[in-house]
Amino acid sequence: MPDVVIVGAGIVGAACAYYAAREGLSVAVLERGTVAGGTTSRGEGNILVSDKEPGPELNLALASRTRWLELAAEFGPDPFELEEKGGLVVATSDPGVAALTRFAEGQRATGVETVAVRADQLHDHEPNLAPDLPGGVLYPQDMQVQPVLAAVSLLAAARSLGATVVRGEEVVAAERGPDGRVTAVRTRTGSYPTNAVVNAAGTWGGQVGERLGAPIPILPRRGFILVTEPLPRVVRHKVYSADYVENVASDVAGLETSTVVEGTQGGTVLIGASRERVGFDDTMSVEVLRRLASLAVRLFPFLADVRLMRTYRGFRPYCPDHLPVIGPDPRIPGLFHACGHEGAGIGLAPATGKLISQMLTNDQPDIDPSAFAPSRFAQVTAE
Amino acid sequence: MTSKSERMFDVLVVGAGPAGLAAATSATRAGARTAIVDAGVAPGGQYWRHPAPSEDGVSAAEVAHLHHGLATYHRLVAGLRAVAQFSEHHVWTVTRDTDGFVVHVIDRTGGGERAVELRSRRLILAPGAYDRQIPFPGWDLPGVMTAGGVQALLKGHGVVAGPRVLVAGTGPFLLPVAAGLSESGANVLGVHEAASPLAWLSELGAVIRNVNKLGEGASYARMLARHRIPVHTRSVVVSAHGTDAVERVTTMRLDRKGRVVSGSERTIAVDVLAVGWGFTPQLELPLALGCATRVDVDGSLVCEVDDEQRSSVEGVFVAGEACGVGGAALATVEGEIAGTVAAGASSVAPRLRRSRAALRRFAQAMHRSHPVPAGWVDRLSDNTTVCRCEEVSFGALRSMQQDLDAHDGRSAKMLTRAGMGYCQARTCGYAVGCILGQEASRTSGFAERPVSSPLTLGALAASSPTERA
Ligand SMILES: Cc1cc2nc3c(=O)[nH]c(=O)nc-3n(C[C@H](O)[C@H](O)[C@H](O)COP(=O)(O)OP(=O)(O)OC[C@H]3O[C@@H](n4cnc5c(N)ncnc54)[C@H](O)[C@@H]3O)c2cc1C
Ligand SMILES: Cc1cc2nc3c(=O)[nH]c(=O)nc-3n(C[C@H](O)[C@H](O)[C@H](O)COP(=O)(O)OP(=O)(O)OC[C@H]3O[C@@H](n4cnc5c(N)ncnc54)[C@H](O)[C@@H]3O)c2cc1C
Repeated sequence: MPDVVIVGAGIVGAACAYYAAREGLSVAVLERGTVAGGTTSRGEGNILVSDKEPGPELNLALASRTRWLELAAEFGPDPFELEEKGGLVVATSDPGVAALTRFAEGQRATGVETVAVRADQLHDHEPNLAPDLPGGVLYPQDMQVQPVLAAVSLLAAARSLGATVVRGEEVVAAERGPDGRVTAVRTRTGSYPTNAVVNAAGTWGGQVGERLGAPIPILPRRGFILVTEPLPRVVRHKVYSADYVENVASDVAGLETSTVVEGTQGGTVLIGASRERVGFDDTMSVEVLRRLASLAVRLFPFLADVRLMRTYRGFRPYCPDHLPVIGPDPRIPGLFHACGHEGAGIGLAPATGKLISQMLTNDQPDIDPSAFAPSRFAQVTAE
Repeated sequence: MTSKSERMFDVLVVGAGPAGLAAATSATRAGARTAIVDAGVAPGGQYWRHPAPSEDGVSAAEVAHLHHGLATYHRLVAGLRAVAQFSEHHVWTVTRDTDGFVVHVIDRTGGGERAVELRSRRLILAPGAYDRQIPFPGWDLPGVMTAGGVQALLKGHGVVAGPRVLVAGTGPFLLPVAAGLSESGANVLGVHEAASPLAWLSELGAVIRNVNKLGEGASYARMLARHRIPVHTRSVVVSAHGTDAVERVTTMRLDRKGRVVSGSERTIAVDVLAVGWGFTPQLELPLALGCATRVDVDGSLVCEVDDEQRSSVEGVFVAGEACGVGGAALATVEGEIAGTVAAGASSVAPRLRRSRAALRRFAQAMHRSHPVPAGWVDRLSDNTTVCRCEEVSFGALRSMQQDLDAHDGRSAKMLTRAGMGYCQARTCGYAVGCILGQEASRTSGFAERPVSSPLTLGALAASSPTERA
């Protein structure tokens, strides 16, 4: 009987599986589809500290960044295309520069490295940028990984520590003992007896929570990404416009686009990302693609002649307060949630996995998890 | 097409091959405001591919001898008089709208690139198919081409791919390729057909109902005999060799079960190897709209259509190879039915239904007689390239399966980049699916292409939606 059953084999489930297995727990990962086939394969692999304001998410991001570096060293050489390339945030107006500078100062106080970049210095960092941008901030700690490779590598490492990964197993319910504790997880085809369950079902975390008897408010937020034809190295950092910082924390339901432009090891340039609350509507929106393309061309004029090869779309898992849900569910002993990471699940996965493993083994958590507790939702405590 | 209001059509047809041409002429005849969009320079599709009016100095008359059913072609093209024709326009995606569909096209006339939108109440998708390819050691050498590619060079540009050509693979479409090459002066060394000569015997019922079709095949066979082109049945090319280009190929005999007979290797010196293993329907546009699919007798994923060529999506019709590979005659009939119904006609001539039924039976008989012989995966070595765009080897796919325990198409794309290059998996999608042991019904990942034809970000950024008429 596994000590813990993890629902979902995305980046978060993979990180939970790895750290739990490393603590000596016996782990079974149940995935209804294919490994890393969910949102993890639909986005970019940015590991960002730059876009987060001081607070619990930034603390989690800083801790997670360190864990990513450890993992790369442990699994190496170059196990999942980790690149410490740094982020360059550029403003598009003078008030934008001022706002960005203030934002960066606040971040610096929590341990984020920031370097102010004047208009005349921008091209030293990023030679192909548009000539008329007023300035920006360089964040040397921003990094990127290839998310699918990272998830699959974490799962492979977990397997070598004894974990099992079962594909095509959809979790439908929990079985509970007389004391209310989880005793087993039921799937469409069978039952997995266990003492602990981790809900790492990402955007479907709300649904899985409900099936297990403990609903949590996770909603989808659609995003499109453009992928260009392969090019030589033309974009060095992850370059994004400062309005991204505002968009991320926004509560507007409509479309928000801001540009993040970055190169990949495959040579393609990724242009993201839009944010829309349209439920699980997966139809193509040419309007969104058009907006992304124009913003990218605004930052990098040479992109006008570069071909768009494909687009991805995915649904970020978000909570109403834009923080992930990590921790035990007070309604069902033995149930833990690890989902709702919105547009930062790749970056935040290792620290999330580590926290979950510490909670499973009753160890002292290395960062304060209280802001992520499921009990912060009225829906959870009401029952 | 000048004013925006002119861009709202009753029926818009994508693809000007036999299916699309027939669809557009029937729709306009039934009174619908009709448009037809095609990426090519002239209408005709794969079957009646024509050179651009003055390209390379080759005129349509010079390639006329390569075409069959030209009378039908001329009749269909003449029927397009009242149809808005957009050639050299690539549809890169289609979306729904409140009162119909928006067809997003890239206008490539005059060498430039402009993104425009056309609107239509109903859509007929007739995007055809492309050559199904199977990797083998040496298949990425210059000079190894698809049968369709060789034929397109010939029909579209009047170019014979090389002096000594060997034609291989399976299916009746190898014969016209060999005959066309030979008529145009190539030295066709032989046709190596993997199927057994007896395969058709068990399909006599379908064959007899299609005497016309057989007549065409028989005339090619006579042509091959006249040019003394040997046809070797139960023979397969197992490898190609050469340094900078193909110089030799190795063929082997197949036994009754389609397995290679050891010791039967023969080496033949060639300049060009033309290989055809059937076709893969081009499904990205139907899939973009969510049309339901099924797996056809030949293992291809195809669009599901009803008796009147309606897809599962209201207002979207599919005709031709995209709903099952079956040749030009079947494509034409399906197009005619789709065009008539999409234009709002209340009934379809029973003659059309009968002939479609007979042609479909024939197509199925053809597929059953010309399977891709199993065993080709075993002939790959770890360094055989499977995805040519991204240079992904068979070994890379195998180690992905072994080391990373990943077995699906999506993982193959994300982990090895197979299928992520310029051709967007048109070349390797079928092979990667087979290597991973996936059923065709699960390989729609390789059939989906959100951007059906790559366009520049500048053109996309500069495009603006047209107002509703
Ligand atoms: C356009 C876009 C861009 C993004 N860019 C970034 C970025 O740059 N950096 C970053 O950090 N993040 C980014 N993200 C966000 C990131 O992709 C997600 O936060 C992250 O992938 C979530 O991972 P997960 O493991 O929680 O979810 P998933 O990867 O979705 O995994 C959940 C898994 O659970 C499975 N599952 C669901 N229900 C069940 C069930 N009942 N039984 C069994 N299994 C089940 C699903 O099949 C799925 O595989 C982006 C997202 C989008 C959409
Ligand atoms: C080598 C070879 C030999 C053949 N020999 C014979 C034969 O002897 N007898 C026979 O009956 N059949 C033969 N065929 C098959 C025949 O060519 C097809 O059955 C027929 O062309 C199918 O018609 P279709 O209209 O469905 O598709 P096609 O003829 O392929 O036409 C599809 C059209 O759609 C256009 N298109 C597709 N996508 C887009 C897009 N996104 N935007 C714009 N335009 C688009 C393409 O440019 C093309 O013009 C042969 C085929 C090949 C390749």
